[in-house]
Amino acid sequence: MTDLPLLSITIFLPAIGALLLLFLKDSMEQLQKMLALIVSALTFIVSLPLYFSFNSNTAAFQFEENYTWISAIGANYHVGIDGISLLMIMLTTFLGPLVVLSAWNAVHKSLKGFLISLLVLETGMLGVFASLDIFLFYIFWEAMLIPMYFVIGIWGGQRRVYAAVKFFIYTMVGSLLMMVAILFAYFYVGEQTGTYSFDYIHLRDFLMPVEIQKWLFLAFGLSFAIKVPMFPFHTWLPDAHVEAPTAGSVILAGVLLKMGTYGFLRFCLPMFPNATFIFAPLISILAVIGILYGAWVAMVQKDVKKLVAYSSVSHLGFVMLGIFSFTHQGMQGGLIQMVNHGLSTGALFLIVGMIYERRHTRMIEDFGGLARQIPIFTTFFMIVTLSSIGLPGLNGFVGEFLVLLGTFQTNVTLAVLATSGVIFAAVYMLWMFKRVMFGPITREENKRLTDLSKREVAVLVPIVVFIVWIGVYAQPFLGKMEKSVDSLLAQLKAKQTALVQPGNEIIGGGE
Amino acid sequence: MNGFEFDWIAIAPFLILSVLGFAVVVLGISFPKMYRGTLGTIVLVGFAVAFLASLQSWDDARLAFGGMITADKFSSAFSCIFILGATLTIGLSINQVEEKYLLYSDYFALVVFATAGMTLMASGTNLLTLFLGLETLSIALYVLAGFRRSNEFALEASFKYFLLGAFASGFLLYGIALIYGITGSTDLTKISAYVSSEGILGSKMFFAGFLLLLVGFGFKISVFPFHLWAPDVYQGAPTPISAFMATGSKAAGFAALMRFMIAMQSTTQSGWQDIIWVIAAATMILGNVIALRQSNVKRMLAYSSIAHAGYILIGVLAGNTIGSSGIIFYLLTYTFMNIGAFGVISYLSTAEHEFITLSDFRGLASSRPFAAIAMAAFMFSLAGIPPLAGFMAKFYLFSAGVKAGYVWLVIIAVVTSMISLYYYLGLVVQMFMRDKEADVAATAPLQPAVMIAISIAMLAILILGIFPSRWVSLFQDLARSLM
Repeated sequence: MTDLPLLSITIFLPAIGALLLLFLKDSMEQLQKMLALIVSALTFIVSLPLYFSFNSNTAAFQFEENYTWISAIGANYHVGIDGISLLMIMLTTFLGPLVVLSAWNAVHKSLKGFLISLLVLETGMLGVFASLDIFLFYIFWEAMLIPMYFVIGIWGGQRRVYAAVKFFIYTMVGSLLMMVAILFAYFYVGEQTGTYSFDYIHLRDFLMPVEIQKWLFLAFGLSFAIKVPMFPFHTWLPDAHVEAPTAGSVILAGVLLKMGTYGFLRFCLPMFPNATFIFAPLISILAVIGILYGAWVAMVQKDVKKLVAYSSVSHLGFVMLGIFSFTHQGMQGGLIQMVNHGLSTGALFLIVGMIYERRHTRMIEDFGGLARQIPIFTTFFMIVTLSSIGLPGLNGFVGEFLVLLGTFQTNVTLAVLATSGVIFAAVYMLWMFKRVMFGPITREENKRLTDLSKREVAVLVPIVVFIVWIGVYAQPFLGKMEKSVDSLLAQLKAKQTALVQPGNEIIGGGE
Repeated sequence: MNGFEFDWIAIAPFLILSVLGFAVVVLGISFPKMYRGTLGTIVLVGFAVAFLASLQSWDDARLAFGGMITADKFSSAFSCIFILGATLTIGLSINQVEEKYLLYSDYFALVVFATAGMTLMASGTNLLTLFLGLETLSIALYVLAGFRRSNEFALEASFKYFLLGAFASGFLLYGIALIYGITGSTDLTKISAYVSSEGILGSKMFFAGFLLLLVGFGFKISVFPFHLWAPDVYQGAPTPISAFMATGSKAAGFAALMRFMIAMQSTTQSGWQDIIWVIAAATMILGNVIALRQSNVKRMLAYSSIAHAGYILIGVLAGNTIGSSGIIFYLLTYTFMNIGAFGVISYLSTAEHEFITLSDFRGLASSRPFAAIAMAAFMFSLAGIPPLAGFMAKFYLFSAGVKAGYVWLVIIAVVTSMISLYYYLGLVVQMFMRDKEADVAATAPLQPAVMIAISIAMLAILILGIFPSRWVSLFQDLARSLM
């Protein structure tokens, strides 16, 4: 591997860009946009070697960097990636420039602040996915809230303040309890091993008693479940999504929500394996409820953006179900579904944003018959819609299929229920699509719609390429995560037996 | 070392500050037309000297005056915090004073005397020295609280502070008398020896004395149920003085309390933990909940400062190395973020219009971006959001609580922190997400000294938040030397 600290460069490049933006005058809007675009594109380019020289034959962390940070408490700047975080990092850097491009003409006040927020946000998200020190992870996890709060609160829609505050407080509630749990784990493991450290691997490799695991799992889990969001902690999501500007929604759906599922994979499962098995039935049930509930509520939405928001609840349910099936296919499916959802839902929000910029409405009833007016738009919308409902040949299918395959091996009932969720998804998406795109044109304004500009096409094409690519040939992506998923499952199984053997009876049932 | 020799270095900060205070008074009388900035500069230079003098005793702990004074890492660190706070306060005051008050030399002198009192509180290891320091500090503050003589709130503030403060001093003295009656000494080392052998509940009289002392200190650090003065006084006092009281005076109270508590801690079964536990929990809950309802930003900050005193009590309760170093780190951070927040108010206020209601802050981001960004940073830091120092301080302090086994208290702290988010964010919402109603308050003149003070505070919370390592290690050394 190279000597350059590639991972750190990737993480902090956007932040440096944000710093540079600070020095530009408010009036130089064009220059600000160019700078933000170049920085985020550069971040993507810098991150490419991470993907291409990633060694798929090992589950070990790669591109590791480990420096002492706060020696007095044993917190290090420790970053590194494995097959699980690699795709998340790539997804984040990939969406970065697209998001900037999508906001080209959409922001009408303090553009500089907006771009700075976006770039800082990107650094925060990348940091979350790369951190191998729990303290560092927590810093990134929390720090990211501030820019998102501003993005929703300043540049959002009508009820933006309400949505921003709700988003902030919901997320903080979870993370503050997680902070107590982190501290507890830190001291507990420190006392037992004599080494006080926030290092992820140090904490992960120590097996805690089941009783403690349960509490810590709940505290970490709550924080992640709110972020995912899992039913019944999802109520912040529709508000945040609907009120956020397009760029904010794309980041929210594309990357932010994945931080929750990623948190489960990275922390909850390996650190609290026994508690994971205890709570797995509960979480699987909540996941299925989320799938169905999200789909049903999406069906009756009048606002396209809200519909997409609720579809997120449903899609993320699949991810959770896959992860908690503890099968190879299920987990791989969950992971690839995380990427898929980032692409498809991200694209859907972009598309909704594009039509909103033209018509300043998102109500389904205000549209109809758009297909004849704006054919390019229609094509993209069609592909993305089909990807979202999991049509074979497009990416959504791969993820959902693997998840269902994995779930069938462990729990047939849940799998059957979840499958019906796929059908509902087809119903609400296609029905919405029909009402918006087909039929007679009922509004005069819709006759004067202009088709997508070159910039907008440039935003959508890369996403569609990956939608098709993953759908047709997902093996390269699955291959990258293969070993990490195997190793995670092996760890889970090993730790479970390790604790059961000395006569430590595991008492089932949640609290 | 236990002789009665006159040790200059041990009391150097106190001496320098006292001399500085008198010098300022004399200069003020001799040259009534002296430019305010010049006088301020003299004070700042004096502070710098006192700062260096306090650093002297960091590596070289010494007892002086038969154990009345202990100059060690603890007193050194605290004195530095006080002087930093006072320096920023002077920075905030330079323009303020010029515009609003005639008696500027008295104002500066009182700030200096108050600081001198604080340094005495940090280095006192005898109850009488602590009391002496406390009184020096308090009397200066009573006057400062009422400095806006024409303002009705200021009169109320001064009077209320004085009256309640006098009672608190009375309690403190009475407590000292009782403890003296039982132990035959006011020396903390001897009292500590008594506690080791008899326990804190060994005699009812001693316990009564202990409780009375708690009341006295509790008043100074404004914890429940001795917090009632704080909101009114903060509201009425000149804004820089509110900042000074919320940070320096509170830190001094904690310094004295810590000295006292360390003496009380000599046994494992001390019996005071439950009391502090309840006070801490009640203070956090009450401070944060009432702050929710405030529309006056100064009052909001007052309640928030009450809540923060509750958080800091976790460190006192934990009584371990992390706890003690956590308190000092917290107080250092808190000094910067709170003076910063009050500083922004001061920065925006004019002689005619005090910039204190939530609606004043509407749309500030577009009219005064510097002030708005600074205020937002201080609010996020007070709320404890990384990467700002407020988070690091809270995290560190809470970790002390978890380590000492007070998980539930920490959970209460965490839950009340969530509540606090709402009002801290409320101010940010006003500044960034609401539009201005009318252009009333945008006329405050630019005040370079205040702007510099705010910038320093902002830089400090960033540095302490992102690179706390060095400071944490230093304070841990300090805490280890205490144990």
